[in-house]
Amino acid sequence: MAYLELDRVAKQFGAQTVVDDFSLSVGKGEFISFLGPSGCGKTTTLQMIAGFLDPTRGAIRLEGKDLTAIHPAKRGLGIVFQSYALFPHMTAAENVAFGLEMRNVPRAERAERVRAALAMVGLAGYEDRHPRRMSGGQQQRVALARALVIKPSVLLLDEPLSNLDAKLREEMQIELRQIQRTIGTTTILVTHDQNEAMSLSDRIVVMSQGRIEQIGSPQETYEKPASAFVSQFLGKTNDFAATIDRTATPVRLVAGSWNAPAPAGLSGPVTVSIRPERIGFGDVGLGAKIVTRIFQGNHWLFQCDSECGPAIVIRQNDGTAPPAEGDAVRLVWRPEDMSVRARAGA
Amino acid sequence: MSTAADERNARAPWALTAPALMLFVGVLLIPLAMTVMLSFHDWGQYKGIEPVFILKNWHEIATDPYYAEMFWRTFRIAILTTLLTALLGAPEAYILNRMSGRWKSFFLLIILGPLLISVVARTLGWALLFGGNNGLVNKLLMSAGVIRSPIPFMFTETGMVVALAHVMMPFMVLSVWAALQRLNPQIENAAMSLGAGPVTIIRRIIMPQIVPGVLSGAIIVFSLSASAFATPAIIGGRRLKVAATLAYDEFLNTLNWPLGAAVATLLLVALVLIVVGSNALIERRYAEVFR
Ligand SMILES: Nc1ncnc2c1ncn2[C@@H]1O[C@H](COP(=O)(O)OP(=O)(O)OP(=O)(O)O)[C@@H](O)[C@H]1O
Ligand SMILES: [Mg+2]
Repeated sequence: MAYLELDRVAKQFGAQTVVDDFSLSVGKGEFISFLGPSGCGKTTTLQMIAGFLDPTRGAIRLEGKDLTAIHPAKRGLGIVFQSYALFPHMTAAENVAFGLEMRNVPRAERAERVRAALAMVGLAGYEDRHPRRMSGGQQQRVALARALVIKPSVLLLDEPLSNLDAKLREEMQIELRQIQRTIGTTTILVTHDQNEAMSLSDRIVVMSQGRIEQIGSPQETYEKPASAFVSQFLGKTNDFAATIDRTATPVRLVAGSWNAPAPAGLSGPVTVSIRPERIGFGDVGLGAKIVTRIFQGNHWLFQCDSECGPAIVIRQNDGTAPPAEGDAVRLVWRPEDMSVRARAGA
Repeated sequence: MSTAADERNARAPWALTAPALMLFVGVLLIPLAMTVMLSFHDWGQYKGIEPVFILKNWHEIATDPYYAEMFWRTFRIAILTTLLTALLGAPEAYILNRMSGRWKSFFLLIILGPLLISVVARTLGWALLFGGNNGLVNKLLMSAGVIRSPIPFMFTETGMVVALAHVMMPFMVLSVWAALQRLNPQIENAAMSLGAGPVTIIRRIIMPQIVPGVLSGAIIVFSLSASAFATPAIIGGRRLKVAATLAYDEFLNTLNWPLGAAVATLLLVALVLIVVGSNALIERRYAEVFR
């Protein structure tokens, strides 16, 4: 079932453990993102798959075969580097043709495949340009064409869009997803941009300090974050300190003056996190005062001071009059919109 | 009003560069012009320098094959030195660039070494290694039976090329190194991931990108070698002269200043033409790729 498999992979540089206990199995044709803050070991993991670094422990398998035993030049993976790493002394076509040349593809077939690859990334007619005379987005496409033309078993992308401006990045995201869907290459994308990870991937691997925090679909990781780190990292969230009161019957989850039936399996101090857009204003609930109210076109952003600390609330601008700054309000949410975790350190 | 301000603005750059400009004119342009003028003056064993305008010196240089041979030797030595530094310096820079921190600075110091040692000590060192029958290397090779008679070093072009290449090496290494620093650090990995082996990576990816560095290093080494004085003077002495040592001899030994000036001027003009010409060629050739 698993196409690419990482089995408890770890990497140490001297005494420093940069990646630890990294296990992941990727299905054929899947689009996976490694998401995490700077320095969490994303590039290191990708480079171990590519073969530029050897794992200290663990195994990497492709279709059941041990990948670490194969020289990087023989792995047949397509890689797009953050800095593109195009060959500046070669034209776009020569860059794309390089991998085919190394595979001794006959000249005529090579030319045809290069042309097709450049056309696929929307660069037909740019064959004879040198990289230095292309824009960032165009260079990025050449790098993508160069990686795809060799029909790689896995495509590895290391923050390929981070050098582009916001608009171009969005365009390239859509294009990348379309290309990946069309040719069905198994793809791993490294990024620290949560929107990019969410809009592109089938599954997201959220990483922090060399460890996997959560693996799940974009929706799962957003709505059911497995840890405080994940919920903080994927968009804005509110964390409230709450307790589960086992003395009451039925058992209740209490946060300030808000309470709800307690979920099974937890007791004592817990953390409740709720996305700002899932909180509404009601008659009973967590007591709060609105500190600032910011108009953002299609929605309002409220910063509140609640019984359980600061809170952010986002409400659709649906035409009804919003509460004003200084108003006392009650925050309410549906139990299914929150995730409850045992509180660390308590 | 505005024109006065404009005028002041136009004058400001001149005013600001005036001190440096005056220095430049005073210590470089004027002596240079005087040297060129000197080359047209007459000279005689007893009458000394006569400030007249004649082409005697230039005519002598143009017709006497001695000068042609000497200039050919100068440029032959410079070209061979350049080739030798490029052949050894480029791989040296590549290896240096791949070394890790501590070793890198240690070997960089070794490469810069020749520049830190006096030309006399350095050349004497070479002479001790190779000079005559008592040279260390010669003795060793002879006792090992590799060679029968000592490899001549002093008073030979080979000796000059070797000694010059030694001292010019830093310029080549540093210039290639600068080109290597501009390489994308992932470029070798990129080539590897596409299936290229180590030899292919060096030949197809690294070499083409450091060519401009090698060429600019070559221009520096060539012009410095062609006008070098100390090393050829010690190794070649007065038996094997190059343009610079010949001009020196004319000035200080024969006291034929005008002839010496003509030799010096010709060397300068030839060098400027070669350097400017090859620079223009390189720029044209690589503008497309490296701008
Ligand atoms: N060659 C190396 N030697 C020692 N430490 C290294 C080396 N390469 C990376 N590291 C360390 O490993 C950690 C992870 O680096 P890595 O490049 O994988 O991070 P990343 O998640 O890709 O970050 P970014 O988003 O900034 O690219 C960092 O703390 C870095 O300092
Ligand atoms: Mg990285």
